[in-house]
Formats: sequence, structure tokens, C-alpha cells
Amino acid sequence: MAEALRLRAPAPRTEALGLLRRYGAVTALALLVLFNLAFTPNFATLQTLNVNLTQVCTIVIVAVGMTLVIATGGIDLSVGSLMAIAGALAPLIFLGKLLPLPHPLVGIALAFVIPILVSGAFGWFNGWLITRFRIQPIVGTLVLFIAGRGIAQVLTNGNLQVFKVPEFQFIGLGRMLGIPFQAILMLVIVGLATWALRRTVFGREILAVGGNERAARLSGIPVGRVKRRVYLISGLCAGLAGLIVIAINSAADANLIGLGMELDAIAAVAVGGTLLTGGSATVLGTLLGALIIQLVRYTLLANGVPDAAALVVKAGIIVLAVWLQRQGRA
Amino acid sequence: MRTTPLASAIPAQLGKHGVLLALALLILFGWLRYDNFLGSYNVLSLLRYNSMFALVALGMCFVIMTGGIDLSVGSTAALGSVVAALLSPYGAIPGLLGGMAAGSVIGLLNGLIVTRLGILPFITTLATMLAASGTALLLADNQSVSVSYETAFTDLGQGDFLGFPIPAWIALVAYLAGSLILNFTAFGRHVLAVGGGEDAARLMGLPVDRVKLVVYAASGTLAGLAGVILAAQFGAGQPIEGVGWELFAIASVVVGGTLLTGGLGSVGATLAGVLLLGLIFNILNFENGLGWISLSAYWQSVIRGAFLLLVVILQAKLTAREDEAPA
Amino acid sequence: MGQPPLLSMRDIDKYFAGVQALARASLEVGRGEVHGLIGQNGAGKSTMIKILTGYVHRDGGEILFDGNLVSFASPQEAQANGIATIYQEINLVPYRSVTENICLGRERRRMGLLDWRAMHREAKELLARFGIAIDVRRPLSSFNTATQQMVAIARAIGFDARLVIMDEPTSSLHDQEVEVLFEVIRQLKAAGVSVIFVSHKLDELYAVCDRVTIMRDGRTVKVADMRDLTKLDLVTTMLGRAVAQAAGRQARTGSADASGEKLLEVEHLALGRRVRDVDLEVRAGEIVGLAGLLGSGRSETAQVVFGALKPEAGEIRVKGAPAAFAEPADAIRAGIGFCSEDRKYEGIVPEMSVRENLTLALLPHLAKAGVVDEARQREIVDRFIARLGIKCASPEQKIRELSGGNQQKVLLARWLCMNPKLLLLDEPTRGIDVGAKAEILGLVRELAAEGLGVLLISSELEELTQSSDRIFVLRDGRTVAELAGEAIAEPAIMHAMAHGEAVRQEEAAHG
Repeated sequence: MAEALRLRAPAPRTEALGLLRRYGAVTALALLVLFNLAFTPNFATLQTLNVNLTQVCTIVIVAVGMTLVIATGGIDLSVGSLMAIAGALAPLIFLGKLLPLPHPLVGIALAFVIPILVSGAFGWFNGWLITRFRIQPIVGTLVLFIAGRGIAQVLTNGNLQVFKVPEFQFIGLGRMLGIPFQAILMLVIVGLATWALRRTVFGREILAVGGNERAARLSGIPVGRVKRRVYLISGLCAGLAGLIVIAINSAADANLIGLGMELDAIAAVAVGGTLLTGGSATVLGTLLGALIIQLVRYTLLANGVPDAAALVVKAGIIVLAVWLQRQGRA
Repeated sequence: MRTTPLASAIPAQLGKHGVLLALALLILFGWLRYDNFLGSYNVLSLLRYNSMFALVALGMCFVIMTGGIDLSVGSTAALGSVVAALLSPYGAIPGLLGGMAAGSVIGLLNGLIVTRLGILPFITTLATMLAASGTALLLADNQSVSVSYETAFTDLGQGDFLGFPIPAWIALVAYLAGSLILNFTAFGRHVLAVGGGEDAARLMGLPVDRVKLVVYAASGTLAGLAGVILAAQFGAGQPIEGVGWELFAIASVVVGGTLLTGGLGSVGATLAGVLLLGLIFNILNFENGLGWISLSAYWQSVIRGAFLLLVVILQAKLTAREDEAPA
Repeated sequence: MGQPPLLSMRDIDKYFAGVQALARASLEVGRGEVHGLIGQNGAGKSTMIKILTGYVHRDGGEILFDGNLVSFASPQEAQANGIATIYQEINLVPYRSVTENICLGRERRRMGLLDWRAMHREAKELLARFGIAIDVRRPLSSFNTATQQMVAIARAIGFDARLVIMDEPTSSLHDQEVEVLFEVIRQLKAAGVSVIFVSHKLDELYAVCDRVTIMRDGRTVKVADMRDLTKLDLVTTMLGRAVAQAAGRQARTGSADASGEKLLEVEHLALGRRVRDVDLEVRAGEIVGLAGLLGSGRSETAQVVFGALKPEAGEIRVKGAPAAFAEPADAIRAGIGFCSEDRKYEGIVPEMSVRENLTLALLPHLAKAGVVDEARQREIVDRFIARLGIKCASPEQKIRELSGGNQQKVLLARWLCMNPKLLLLDEPTRGIDVGAKAEILGLVRELAAEGLGVLLISSELEELTQSSDRIFVLRDGRTVAELAGEAIAEPAIMHAMAHGEAVRQEEAAHG
């Protein structure tokens, strides 16, 4: 009898907030673009687009992995350190310091593959720690946050590695059809993750685990395996981002690669509308979130506001976005 | 919820005494192995340098005991250092109070957002971390701000009192006060009760929101104080310092046996955690000084991470044993 | 009793989202009286208590406490006025010391600082009143549940409680611990403190209570002296089934296939205090009812069979072969499905669509190289939405927006689309409107006729007697009766629930 009488018309206020939550990111981005078209000189140029895209690429790639982790109700603080490991490892390989190379191209190929796999393995270790010992994700990934950068520094003895290897650096500097290659990579990853989240069994399992872990287990979903895999993916994404960063800089500095990246990525995920408690995720939203944060910064800079003030604005955006999410659900 | 007396007593005891034992062993090791390890120069500079981290970890300890987290402490310390440096020409006291007040503002903001808007502490303090950092950069005009050497301000970082570094005195007093508050005031017990079970604490009629507000404000204030010492010690307010301090502080607190889920913690063990992690770096330096091996200073992060891993796994294993007891 | 009663709640009404939860319910507790409060799930007991303690607000009626009209705004206010509640999940802080748990909120101070010595002494003295001598400095979690409960009671007394409400206080206690608790209750009574005792264990009610209030469907249906009430009366009143009226059983259409393959055999199953010695059996094409009062171990039994809990003893056989599932996934592979009684926490994934929820368990079978075959998925979802009559705007609607009955149908479909051999249904019709209830039961019968084995857990006797081919009755974690064929009747079930003796019929040979 309970159901028949339940009042089902949502109040207009919550409905409006719900809409804002759903389309807030798109609206905000559209407004930002319009504002810039009107007030920022030389905004509508390919140059501007490329500048903004290259600024967000690594954040978005890392944030895609983070989105999947957060969708299961977890968090990954180690991404910045894993970027540093991958970034420190790659030059060691293609410069032949780690192992003798039969041919330079072999070195470059290995420099793509090994660092990403190592970073992925560390990511899997995060997941193993979290599922095997039931450690909170914040603490579990804190271990590699601290030790990971140390490992990268030890690998390079803290030295800056400078290099000029165009074949390798294509990943960060190259262009295809005039579009930065890293932007293409980013879009491919975003597309792939969006597709996987929507269409694959694994994607549905991620959302089920984050949405209701008990129900997921009772439905036969291998909760532990799903979690280990998302941390693995987060590690792979971080590794790739690390390679892009050093390619852009033509240098690898283990002290700096990916510093603070975990927080940038989490911010992009939060602003993009993914629930931080898990169960609902949008990879496209994460892309939009990163773009919004970047575009706000660009807008402020282009209009003479100092970079530091942009940080304060970013803080406000994060709080506002999360608060809106809460209101939309209340 | 039935637990055997032994099983549940162990994590607390092991957490508390394990870190002390490890600290004692490390000190013994250093004393036996290196000349001048316990010499006053080494000890005093170790304490002087680590007092900043100790203050930040103390605030973090209280926040974590309520079941929360404060990621903003690092940039709050940076903000505190800038404000203190800007005020240092007016004297040591204005610099000190100004830096602390700046920290309090960020802390209060955290507390208000967490309790009033109901946003997760993790996200709230992530946002205020950016805000504090931005404010620090704005105030400092994107560069470090030299402190005035005309006043006694630098004594706050570089001075001695009764042959003991002033920053270490400050940290010592803060820890004594923290321990007193935790163990001998109603507020201190409420902190632990809130972290041990927020619903239960509410049902017991405890002022849960007020406790949280005060704890975040205190964490901010202590971070501001750490910033003051940072500025005084290095002669400049440094808007870009403090990166990663928050996670280092969390690690110290966890190594000290405080449960990240809240409700269980010790101020003294947190101090031991800070010193333990600090000592690892110190010992590495001495080891290299012996010249037999050459471990780069970078190993310290790896070793710290390994320590954290060990502690976390031990904690998890012990609490898991409790859970498995038939309900 | 010349004095006015300590507590008098009259004509209490309460609506939740337009649905009446309490209808002119009443509760009266005398001074120094131990008063039992009993009723099925949803009868309104806990709503009644929540209204009294200010957790929820009433929509009608009045509360007199100690002769004064009261209306508490919060549990704290109720506590300040002398009403303390000992919750089922003990609401104390486990890591803190016993002293703190007793004294938090009214700490003793000396010169602004906590006076630990005075607080320890006070805690010790309060506990000593119940004959308990423990080290009050140790954390609460280092003591067993019974002691923790004593601490909760001591806390209540420390706050000068005059009415202590105990919500199923014995559900996790050993027998001897229960004795200690009863002794404490008697002491409270002697000290003039009144107690409201909520329990489903009949023996306990008789052991400590002076009077009992029986609630059903949001109403107070009977108040009586324990002495004047037989156990059978108590059970029949609570379940709302008069013995005479319920005598005849409407025959179930489609007779049981007694020769069906034995799908599930459970022998001497035990887990903690909830499951002590459970035997049961389900054959293909058979609906087996599992009856028992709340807390008798029905749900836990199902969870153990499904691999969600690990048994401590006993044997489970599936199709004759010993089976010990480590994970639900293993049970699912063996062709078993399980609908939890807790739809919200163990059933639906609220943010996901009807389509995703329906096919959650089926996903691995829907995949081609890891990619969900959406055409097939949609075809299956549409088929089951039509077959079960699930009312939703579209398969893409979020499940949390559906009514309880439709959510339940989706969860049922989650298993049916797996084509299971055996289905474990824990309270499948709880909180569901009458129409949907009938549809779901009809469907279950239909499926059984097609050869599915069903274990049906229900608190509603009518549902059990009308649907089951066989019924096992649990009491305090033990199988106490097996009823089949003509023996299936509400009086027989209630008799077994009340007295714990099997009225085992001729075929009681099974063991």
C-alpha cells in the first residue's frame, strides 16, 4: 500500500538543481566560451585551441583513470608519483642507460612500453593493497604517493635528464592533421573509457561496485578483481601522462613530473559531475571539468587577472560544483 | 561486535608503543653506529627543522581523530609564512599572530564548509588548499617575501631559549597542550567520541558540529604557526612551500597509530611518528657520511613509504582479526 | 496501581509520505513496570519508540510522561528528561573507555580539567549496582556485548533515567549473558525504574515482563498481563490470525512434485548465535516455506546457503553433492539465486537503470568479448518487463525512482533471467502493495510449476500456507518443525513458533 500513495512530483527547486547538475558543466563551458568570444582578443583561433588543449591533455588522461577509480568509490593519490616513475624510466631506456640497445628504435619502442607497464603494475599493487587488506584507498595509495616519487628520484639519482629524441617526443610535440598528437591520444582515451563504461561488462561492474558494493557481490560480481583493475588502469593512464610530460619538456625531472597531479585530476572529476562517493561516473564530464578549470584560468589570465587569483576561483568552482551535486540529489 | 579483550587492545598498544619502540631502536642504532649522532648540533638541528612538520601533524592528528582529513595544511602554512613575513617589520608578535590568524581563517572556512554545506572533508580541504595557495601567491606577488631582520622575528625560527631552539619549544608546548586537551578536557574526549561514532556521539547529545569546527580551525591555526616558523627559519615567506606537507603529516599520524577512520589516536605517538620519519633522513645522511655506501637522499621517500606500508598492513591485519570474530 | 502511569501515549498517528504508519496507537507503562512491546516488522513498534524519544514527530495524539504533556524535539531532550534508549546496535563509542562511555556529556571537572578519578569512581559505582566489577579504564570494545549493554544501561542510570527502552537487547547475547541482563532489569524494576522491553523471543517476554502491548499494522491490538496470556494467544494476536479462523488451508493449485530431484539439503547448519541447528530441504518444482519469528535465523540460513556468510558447522548439499560456496558468485554458477530482504542495501544499485539492474547478474553471459550485447540485453529486459508487469517509464529509468513493488520485480527478474534451478527469496513481498504482492506470489508459483525450486522466507503466515508445498519452522536458530501437505496450517506453524516443539506429523521420519 505504501507505493500507491507515494507523492512523486519533485519540487520545482530540486528539479532546477537537478537540471543544473546534469547540464551544469556543459552550460558553464558554453558560457565561458561565449564570454571569451566577446571579450578576449584572438580567442577564436586554432592557436588558442591548441594552447588550451595541450594544457589539459595530461590532466584529462590521468583524470580518466581517476574517474574509473572514483566510480568504484575509491581514490588514487599516487598518480603524480607514478607519472614521475614512468617519466624517469623512459629516458633511461632510450638513452641506453638501463640496458644495451641493439638499435635506437628498439629503445624508443621499449621506452613507450616498459614505463607504462611498470606504472600499471604499481597501480595494480595499489588495488591489491586496498582489496587484500581492506585498507582505505586514501591510505593505500598514500604509500606509493610517498614512495613512488622516491623511486623515480632514486632511479635518476635526482638528476635532470635532458634529451632530444624526436621519434619519442612525437607523443608530446607531434601533430597529426594540425592537431597535437597528445590531444588525439586524449580524445581516444576519453572515447575508449566512455565506451567501456557504457558498453562493456567491466564498465557496468565498475558502476555496480561503486553504486552498491553489497548488492554487486550478491549478484556475483568479482568486487576485488574489478577494483584491482581500475587501479591498474589508473596506473597505466598515469604512466602515459608521464611520458607526454617529459616529451613536451625535452627533459625528465623526477622531482617535478606530475607534482600535484592527483589533486588536479580529482578536481576535474569532481567538477565534471562524477559522484565522489561512487556509483555514477561520466568520463565526458571529466573532460568538460578539466576544460572548464583550464578555460577559467585562461580567461582570467587573458584578461589580466594573475594566475594566483585563478587558483582561488578554481577552489570556488570545486566547492560550488560539489555543493550543487549534493543539492541535486537531496 | 564481540571482540576478545586481547585482539582489540593490540592495535592501540602496538600503534602507540610500536612507533616508540621503532624510534628508540633507530636512535640506538644511530648512536652506536655514528659519531656525534646524539651530539647537540645534530639533535638540535633535527628538532629545529622538524618542529614545523610536528605542528602541522598535531593539527592533522586532531582532524583525523574526528574521522576527517585536512589537505589544506601545506598551502595554509605557505600562506602563514607570507603573512608573517609581510608583518615581520612590525615585530615578532605581529608576525606570529598574523601568520596564525591567516591559518585560522582557512581552518574556519574548512570547518564551516564541512559542517554547514555537508561537503566531504577531502574535497573541501582540497579546494581550500588551492584557495590558500592562490591567496599566498597574490599577497607575495608570486615571489618569496624577505622577512625583516630589524625585529626579533627571525628568532622565532633561528633563536634559542635556554639552549634549546625556539621552534622546538613552540612545538613542545603545542604538543603538551594538545595532550592535555585530548586527555583532560571534555572537548578532547568529544573529539574521540565524534570520530569513534558520529551517530552515537549525536545520540549522546555531544555538540558534533562544534567539535568539528574547532578541530579544523585548530588545524588551520597550527599550520599558520608552522608557516611563521618556516618564514623565520629561512628568512622568507615562501608562497610555494608546503607542497606535500599534508600527506607527510597524514603519514606521520598514521605511523603514530592513529586510525584514519577516527576515534583512536595519540598526540605523543604522532610526535614520535614525525620524529621517526624525520630521523630516517638524518640517518641516511650519516650513513653516507661513513662513506661505505652512497645512498642518495632520495631513498628517504622510499623508506618512508615502506614504513607507512608496514604500519598500514599491520593495522589492517589486526583490525581484520577483530572483524572476523563472530558477531 | 493508584498512581497515574509513568508513560501514556494515546491515539498516536503517524504518516510517512502519505502512508499511515501508526493509527491511534497507544502504549502505557506503569512505574517500576517491565513492559513488553511486540509486533511484526512494520507493526509500528519502532515508530512508536522513535516518536517517544523525539527521533520522529507524530502527526496526532498525545504523550504524557510522569503526568505531564511532553513532546521531545530530539533524543537528547528525551534523555535529559529521563528517557534512555538502549539500541539494538549498541550506540556507544567502542574505542573509548568504559568510563567515558558512561560519563560523556556530563563530565566531571576539577579546576577546568577532567577529574578522571571521580569519573572512574562514578562509573565503577554505577556498574557495581549491577554486580559488575570491571576495569573501567579499558576500551569498551574489549568487553563482550553483554557487558557493553550493561555499560549502556549504566549510562542511562547515570543520567537519572526513569524509563529505559531496550530494543531487542538480547539478540546478540549468550544464554548466560541474557540471565545477567534479566537480573539487571529486575534490579531496575526494584529501584522504581520502568523498562520497555522489545523482543521477539517469547520465553524472554515471559521471563521478565509484567505486561505486554501487542501491535499490528500500526495499531495497538492488545494489552495484557503476561500471566493472563498464553504463548499461542500472543503469537496469534501478533500475527492477526485467530486459531479457529485459520484452521482451513486453501489448497495450493498445482500439487507438489514430491518425487522432484533434491536440489538443496541443509543439515545441522550453525553460525554464531543466530543459526544453531538448521535442517531443511528443497526439491525441484517445490516451494518450501521457511517460517519463524524475527531473529530466528531464517535470513542468515539463506545467506549461508548462498555463500554470502560462512557457516561454522553443518553440511549443505546441492543436487546431492556437498557444496560450500566461498562467494555468492560460486552459488550463482551452481544455478542459485537470492533476493535479499533488504532491497535498498543488498538489492538495487540505485543510480543504475532498470535495464542495468535487471541484467546485473546476467552480464557475463551477455558479453561478446567483454562487450555487452545490447540488442540481446534489451530483448531480455523487454521480455521480463512484460512478463512480470514491471511498471516503469522506460527500461532506462533509474531503479530508485520505481515503487518498492516494481523494484522487487526487477530484482526477481535479475535472477529469473539467469534461468536458475533454485531461488532463495527472503521476504519478497515486504513493503509491497497488495496487488503487486499477489502478482509476485503468482509468478513464483508459476515458476515452481515449471520445475524451479523455491525457498520462501516470509513473516506472513497466509503467504506461507497458501504458497508452500512444505514448511520448515525455525525457532531461535533451530529447525523445530517440518510441515507438509494437509499438515500445513497456520495453527500448526504458530504452535511450533510458540512452543518450539514439533507437532511433527506422520511423515516426521525425515530428520
